Amino acid sequence: MLDELRELYQEVILDHGRSPRNFRRLADPAHHAHGQNPMCGDTLDVYLKLGADGTIEDVAFEGKGCAISMASASLMTETLKGRQITEAERMFDAFHRLCTEESFDAATAGVDEDALERLQVLAGVRAFPVRVKCATLAWHTMKAALEGGATVTTE
Amino acid sequence: MLASTSRTAMNDEGRHSVSFDVHRVRDDFPILKRRIRGRPLVYLDSAASAQKPKAVLDAMQVAQETIYANVHRGVHTLSQEATDAFEAAREKLRAFINAASADEIIFVRGATEGINLVAATYARKFLSAGDEIILSELEHHSNIVPWQLLQAEKGIVIKVAPIDDDGNFLLPAFERLLSPRTRLVAVTHVSNALGTVTPVRAIIEAAHRAGAKVLLDGCQAVPHLAVDMQALDVDFYAFSGHKMYGPTGIGVLYGKKELLATMPPYQGGGEMISTVTFAKSTFKEPPHRFEAGTPAIVEAIGLGAAADYLTALGREAVRAHEQALLAYASQRVSALPGLQIVGRAAEKAAIVSFVMEGVHAHDIGTILDRAGIAVRAGHHCAQPLMERLGLAATARASFGLYNTMEDVDALADALKIVREIFA
Ligand SMILES: Cc1ncc(COP(=O)(O)O)c(C=O)c1O
Repeated sequence: MLDELRELYQEVILDHGRSPRNFRRLADPAHHAHGQNPMCGDTLDVYLKLGADGTIEDVAFEGKGCAISMASASLMTETLKGRQITEAERMFDAFHRLCTEESFDAATAGVDEDALERLQVLAGVRAFPVRVKCATLAWHTMKAALEGGATVTTE
Repeated sequence: MLASTSRTAMNDEGRHSVSFDVHRVRDDFPILKRRIRGRPLVYLDSAASAQKPKAVLDAMQVAQETIYANVHRGVHTLSQEATDAFEAAREKLRAFINAASADEIIFVRGATEGINLVAATYARKFLSAGDEIILSELEHHSNIVPWQLLQAEKGIVIKVAPIDDDGNFLLPAFERLLSPRTRLVAVTHVSNALGTVTPVRAIIEAAHRAGAKVLLDGCQAVPHLAVDMQALDVDFYAFSGHKMYGPTGIGVLYGKKELLATMPPYQGGGEMISTVTFAKSTFKEPPHRFEAGTPAIVEAIGLGAAADYLTALGREAVRAHEQALLAYASQRVSALPGLQIVGRAAEKAAIVSFVMEGVHAHDIGTILDRAGIAVRAGHHCAQPLMERLGLAATARASFGLYNTMEDVDALADALKIVREIFA
């Protein structure tokens, strides 16, 4: 029992859950979306600042939720800063597969393998299907922000 | 507070300890033999839905194997027998809540439908713009949203009676909300999120003095307490079968006969009419007027069996057992470092909501599940209450008659593991 739990609640996750990085509102975000997980009441806001060439110049978030959702949002902001929008969208797909597919292979995902490797700490949610939504909430919200805002829910 | 609850529990236990043997009672519930991830199931989520005793499961199966047919519409033997069993279930529910007449027992899908029925018939007919309804901060969404729908339609006013930080219903503040425009008070009897037992007698008396009717949401009360419609003098009372060890898809709306008689139908269809012509239809008397269509026949029979089961165990014996569990669980949980019980009302049913410093309720729920312990984590369909308490979510252990002191120990041990993981 403890092994699987320790696999889910790795030190990196507990650390990011306790002290999330880029946890702030961007002053003048070009892109923003609000995400919520109605089942558990988790909410978060993702802010993005984009450069003229499609680079994500800054990305930040605010919200309340479980260790998994906070850590995932925190790691996402670290991962995406400085990347191209198109790559962020590919990483969204890759991250989703990482959280759900047992046989997922980072090498075949067509995105920066090292970045994906850092997100690998969240793969523990595979053993906890009801928690997948917690891990993916930030990414869905980020995608909604890129696509023009509004509110997303994980229902 | 705690001292007084545990004192009553012990007195009652003194009287009932011979008759209430929880380990024998557990044998009545087949699912309690399940193992979850290799560990014995510790089911602490009865407030969401209670497990079913064999008496209920058997009653439903036997009914389907021996007397099943549609009700109220056949000349044949089976239909007559099914009708008799269905109406016998109604009588069992009457006795269970001591209503004056079985005609005051309306079978509905559950508490949600019962409350919606009152909103759609009684309140829609008798309330108009500017009339007031009083709810409380403790309410489940199912006793908030139907009134908001009516508010949008009719312009009624919704007032909310406050609680204190411990979750106690504040009677004087409630009384100050009563006005000549108050038509209905719709409050919970027991809070599903905190366990608070509200002072229903005083609420009903004050409301009646002000000329208002009272609807109680009894969903969380009937599994734990003996309720008596005549003694309470309540106007409407709604509850769900599945929380009192009966099946899903069935529940009861109690309504005083003289009120039901004034109310228009809820839905139209078969079963609820006397005559139908294209020019005009006439409707049956209550309760059948409010039961359009083929009802949940087998489920009603199962609910009747659940009422019999609780009665046979002894309502007071069940209450005493659960109060002892509540006292012990409150003590064990609050003794853990960083843990805080949410909801410390003077009178509570066996529900322990809590938060742990630095750990979200959802993470607690996941870790407890790995230990075979089922609890609920979240807002418990009571978002306004969570907001009032300044919380996003709590973890909730809710106890039933089949829980044991060992279950409480398992909970406390697993909460220590949560602490270790998040240390
Ligand atoms: C206090 C309370 N009221 C109403 C309900 C709604 O019951 P149901 O979903 O069975 O209609 C519940 C169940 O969650 C409850 O706990």
